Amino acid sequence: MSNDVVRDSGIDRKDIVGKNLKNLGVKFSQEIDQGVFPWIEMKSRSIDNIYYSPEYLQYILGNKTVRRSARVISHLRPFTQIVWTAYFAHELLRQRKTSTLRDVFYSAQAHDVFFKDQSESDNIITDLETAVEYSREAFNIFPEERSAVFGDLTIQYTVPGYENRRLNLASHPDGMMVGPALTDARLIETGVDKVIVIEKGAMFTRFIEERVYERFNALLIYTAGQAPRQTRYFIRRLNREMGLPVYIFSDADPWGMHIAMVINSGSANAAHLRELTTPDAKWSGVWATDIVDYKLPSDQLNQRDLKRLQELKTDPRYTGELWQRQISTFLDIKRKCELEAFSRYGLTHIVDKYLPERLKEMGA
Amino acid sequence: MTILYGQITTNKPVTVISSTGTSRIVEYRLMIDIERNRPVVLDRKIHANERNKDERWQGTVVELHIEGSYNQAASKVLEYLKQTAIANPYANITFVDPKGRLYKFDRTINEMPTPPKETLPHPYGVDVETLQRIIRVTRERNMPDFMQANFHRVGKHTARKFIEAVAIPEKTNPRKLRPDEIVKLVQEMRNFESFLPPDASCLSPLGEDLLRAGVMKELEPEFVAVHQRKPSTYSGHPFIVEVAIAYGGKVPSKEDIQIYRFANKIPLVYDESADVCWKVVKSVNWRRYNVAPGISLAVLIHLCSTKIPYKTVGKEILADRPEIAREILNGIREVARELSFYLSRKERVKRQVRRLNVFARYLPKIAEFSARLGGLEVTPNIDKLYRQQLVFKDFVTTSQYTDSEAFNSGPYDTILVHVRNKQESNSVNVKVFGLTDSQWVELIPETTISSGSELYETLKGEFSLVKVQAKSAKADKEGIVEAFVDGISE
Repeated sequence: MSNDVVRDSGIDRKDIVGKNLKNLGVKFSQEIDQGVFPWIEMKSRSIDNIYYSPEYLQYILGNKTVRRSARVISHLRPFTQIVWTAYFAHELLRQRKTSTLRDVFYSAQAHDVFFKDQSESDNIITDLETAVEYSREAFNIFPEERSAVFGDLTIQYTVPGYENRRLNLASHPDGMMVGPALTDARLIETGVDKVIVIEKGAMFTRFIEERVYERFNALLIYTAGQAPRQTRYFIRRLNREMGLPVYIFSDADPWGMHIAMVINSGSANAAHLRELTTPDAKWSGVWATDIVDYKLPSDQLNQRDLKRLQELKTDPRYTGELWQRQISTFLDIKRKCELEAFSRYGLTHIVDKYLPERLKEMGA
Repeated sequence: MTILYGQITTNKPVTVISSTGTSRIVEYRLMIDIERNRPVVLDRKIHANERNKDERWQGTVVELHIEGSYNQAASKVLEYLKQTAIANPYANITFVDPKGRLYKFDRTINEMPTPPKETLPHPYGVDVETLQRIIRVTRERNMPDFMQANFHRVGKHTARKFIEAVAIPEKTNPRKLRPDEIVKLVQEMRNFESFLPPDASCLSPLGEDLLRAGVMKELEPEFVAVHQRKPSTYSGHPFIVEVAIAYGGKVPSKEDIQIYRFANKIPLVYDESADVCWKVVKSVNWRRYNVAPGISLAVLIHLCSTKIPYKTVGKEILADRPEIAREILNGIREVARELSFYLSRKERVKRQVRRLNVFARYLPKIAEFSARLGGLEVTPNIDKLYRQQLVFKDFVTTSQYTDSEAFNSGPYDTILVHVRNKQESNSVNVKVFGLTDSQWVELIPETTISSGSELYETLKGEFSLVKVQAKSAKADKEGIVEAFVDGISE
């Protein structure tokens, strides 16, 4: 575990990733020189090799491996793409630049390596993640998604041009974007004692306006729906490095519930990665039981919602008592509602009544 | 038909000039007495032919006038002539149309099919009318002799047996047969099982070589397969079905397969969809033969028979006789199978070439980016893994075999040779050799590559060098050859 903490705390991981990538290049070159077709081995990400680990509290990959070799015609193209992507990622790290998934797709064309669409290049990036066992953010490739953070936390940049500059994340009332510069910054000091994660932008703005950060002494994070990986990584760092408890608020439906779960235990898609989960994070609302208890305006669950609930019911991540109770309540009342539903009782109702009650209940 | 049509539209006579190469040339001007179906000779002239036998004119000229709308019929007329040229590749056809345009269909072959032999009717195919006509002219005075002398494949023994079966006394004079006996005789002829089947010497099919020549000349396909069925019979009439299939090249690619129908070398151009050929072609599951929809494909069916079973008096539609439909289907299956082999081999070659191109395309990139990623100064050389060498580059063949560049095959486990003939009409011959113990060993014996075609082979065995040899298939017809050798290690 102590090793994990070192890896978590930052920027050092980029050195390791950089070295791993470079070693791949040396290995391939030597193989070609010896008349051996270069190859790479990685864990298989097929469904039959994804397991839920009660130890890590997330999905992990089993022991099955796949080998990509330049000898095999059908592997040649993806193999070339992996080599190029490794080269590109290594260049990013070396020049301390960042790039987006979309960027990678286009940059490849400049080197006459073609991806037929972005999903192909995204897939190759996932291969590279699996091969070097680090997430793409560790080699400076980010998705376009952006989420935001607001509150009393001072960070110190490590990105070129901003080295050692500090910033307090309460300095801009719209919040600060959770981008590469922020996720890789050193966390210096904070006056808050908890993190509140919110799914919806409107609620994030409301919370800032209503000075939730002051009243509840909290750092606010807005995920914009399903939390981007860098945001999940950032939440994990706040939890691990600063020791801050994390409370998640999402819509009261299977999808909102799952947003909280992915922050908590990760997704099957990221089973090959280990640094994105915050097992201690708590889903704090809006619960199915809240719809009844707070008499919230609600909608009928549709067929898709019901089907999803049945899936989640047997999902190994959802074995906890709270999760199961909420799932049965959803199935019972067959209703759902959004975070904004509290506005029925006035715009500040959620902050004045619901939030203090719930945080107290959660032991905050 | 044409003469009759010309007469009823223009009322002008037909002129026929003919000579078999004797000292006389005969010229007739004729009209038809339509009521009595007889010729009316208006004028008759005899011309002297050349004295010298070798210079004598020989042939037939028919001159007549017909009225019609050429604007409407032009495409059918030209189609008819083109198809006639297919079924008669030994003929020169010249056509000047009403607008003064000249069309020429030149012969490409100097052989003709064997002419048919005259034959007697087979008992299975005789009707009452025909039998009465035969009786009127016969000289035989008893039934067995009558049968033997007037019918195809009836010998003394069979004639006796038949007359016995019909229960008409042998001594009966055929001229004295009563009408009811004639009808009974015809019925018994059809039912009697011991007649030998008709033989096909009375038919004049094109033969596979002429059919292929006709298809090649008018359709210019990339691939052609032809097949002649064994002679068969329906209702006492012998027939032979000949089928050809033409793929690619200049065969137009339409949604449907193009069907060309011929009856005794005459093209049938109207009412295709009512014809048995159309029905049979439609019934074939073409997918089984690797034929994708929209592919350029033509099927030619030639029915050769002493009696063509037309559905209508227009003589454009072949009737659906089960015996004939079966032969057409079997013929199509035969040529379609050959096409299927050709297409799958072509697809295989294409796939292999694509596979190799993948190596050629990606390995250099892998080497380049591996080196840059590893921070190495020198890009590793991929030649040890895979190498492709162009050993013949647009080489123009001569009548002598010429060596290509040699490929150093020592370091590789798998060697592939790919030769393409880029010339548009001429074939080339190639051989492939490998060097073992300082001896050139023939790895691929002489193979002919037709225009636009390819040879693709994996070589087995151990040799230090590989080379290709090429020459023109016909002395003064040069081909253009491109050849690659690929080596892959491991």
